[in-house]
Amino acid sequence: MGKWIERQRNIIDFTLSSLLRRKGKNVALVCVYTFVVFLLASVMFFIHSIKKEASIILKDAPEMVIQRMIAGRHELIPTGYMDKIKNIRGVSSVKPRLWGYYYDPVIGANYTLMVPENSDVHAGNIIIGQGISRARLAFEGDSMEFRSHDGKIIDLEVKNILSLESELVSSDLVLISEDDFRRLFGGSKEYVTDLTLHVKNPRELSTIAVKIAELLPDTRIILRDEILRTYDAVFNWRGGMMIVILLGALLAFIIFAWDKASGLSQEERKEIGILKAIGWETSDVILMKFWEGMVVSLSSFLVGVLLAYGHVFFASSALFEPALKGWAVLYPRFKPVPFIDASQLATLFFLTVVPYTVATIIPSWRAATVDPDSVMR
Amino acid sequence: MDTLRKSNLFFLYLAINLILFCLMFAHASFKKETARGLIKEKGEMVRALQLTDLCLFTEASYTRHLSQADLHTAFQDSPMSLEHFPSGSLVGPPPGLRKINGKMD
Repeated sequence: MGKWIERQRNIIDFTLSSLLRRKGKNVALVCVYTFVVFLLASVMFFIHSIKKEASIILKDAPEMVIQRMIAGRHELIPTGYMDKIKNIRGVSSVKPRLWGYYYDPVIGANYTLMVPENSDVHAGNIIIGQGISRARLAFEGDSMEFRSHDGKIIDLEVKNILSLESELVSSDLVLISEDDFRRLFGGSKEYVTDLTLHVKNPRELSTIAVKIAELLPDTRIILRDEILRTYDAVFNWRGGMMIVILLGALLAFIIFAWDKASGLSQEERKEIGILKAIGWETSDVILMKFWEGMVVSLSSFLVGVLLAYGHVFFASSALFEPALKGWAVLYPRFKPVPFIDASQLATLFFLTVVPYTVATIIPSWRAATVDPDSVMR
Repeated sequence: MDTLRKSNLFFLYLAINLILFCLMFAHASFKKETARGLIKEKGEMVRALQLTDLCLFTEASYTRHLSQADLHTAFQDSPMSLEHFPSGSLVGPPPGLRKINGKMD
């Protein structure tokens, strides 16, 4: 065993010396390789964390949302629909939701205005999310102006600000009383934005959805499962950011392919020829090349993953921020929770380290099986 | 001088990285534990306010409420406006819509 370890160490010594002889090329290769692993791992960490957090948080979303559609568009729903739905067997409760969007020309941002079901938001008061507080510099006790549907200015006092920790769901929220909501947007009291529904037995959800669709054909139904699936599928590999990142990976791959597919350089061939001539076995040469691949790819993998972790979970994905913010004025400041597991990293390892190491060995094996005399000429 | 061998330096480098890897997993596990209460708080807010979506992209209604988007949202601004918000290139349409729209694609 000791002899075997000593042999590996000798070969690693030789491999490292050989790599250092072509320092510039190998350092560049390691840098590009590390960067590719860093990008891929950052995307993987970020997406997985968001998906996981969304799946936990949105488990508490309404079991079913019922919206009225007119001419293919979402319209306000009459409160009379609630009585019809309540009569369906298996429905435990139907609640109205009153919410909408408000464009604030002062900062050019859209707010989500919502009337909470059970809350102490009284007429004349509002509770705002952290994003709005930051953008409007509005704090407890300040008043905010809103322009109503008939052009009147309504002054509402900021009673409270939602917690910093809840920004991922509440950054752009304005919680408002029903009276103020109606004053702001107009409309009849007999209409609400949509309805939410709870059932006695969750297994009956799809049957109840079919019954509602038959009873009220002008409605569309959004199940909680669909909401959860949306957030599971929403960050998929078709996204623009993924393409940009894959372009980087592609570029690195081209460099890699150019380096490897063109086979070994004349110098490397000569080196293999000399090693063979002084008594190295083909297996020794292959072992040397295996360690060469491992040194480059394993170093890049380890550093790339560590940098990606720091980037996503300590620096809040600073590199992705411009793309994630998009054109939004209000953007939640949140640090993703590090939901990482070994299987993610194992996948990345097999996608990055193994192909490189294998690709390093094959041309060397071909060169090592040729007669040393012809290789050195 | 056995200690100055390049292989030793390489193994030292690997060992440092592996320790950092272990620390990374330990940090992740610690953070998950500490975030449990905060995630629960967010879940309670979702339940109390009957929220359906995460506040990730606030620039348009269909990016703010991804699960509530309808088939027409992509065309709502002008006939040639398939999509112009950067976040629209980050996220795909809800799977439910894709199912309905499958025959047209």
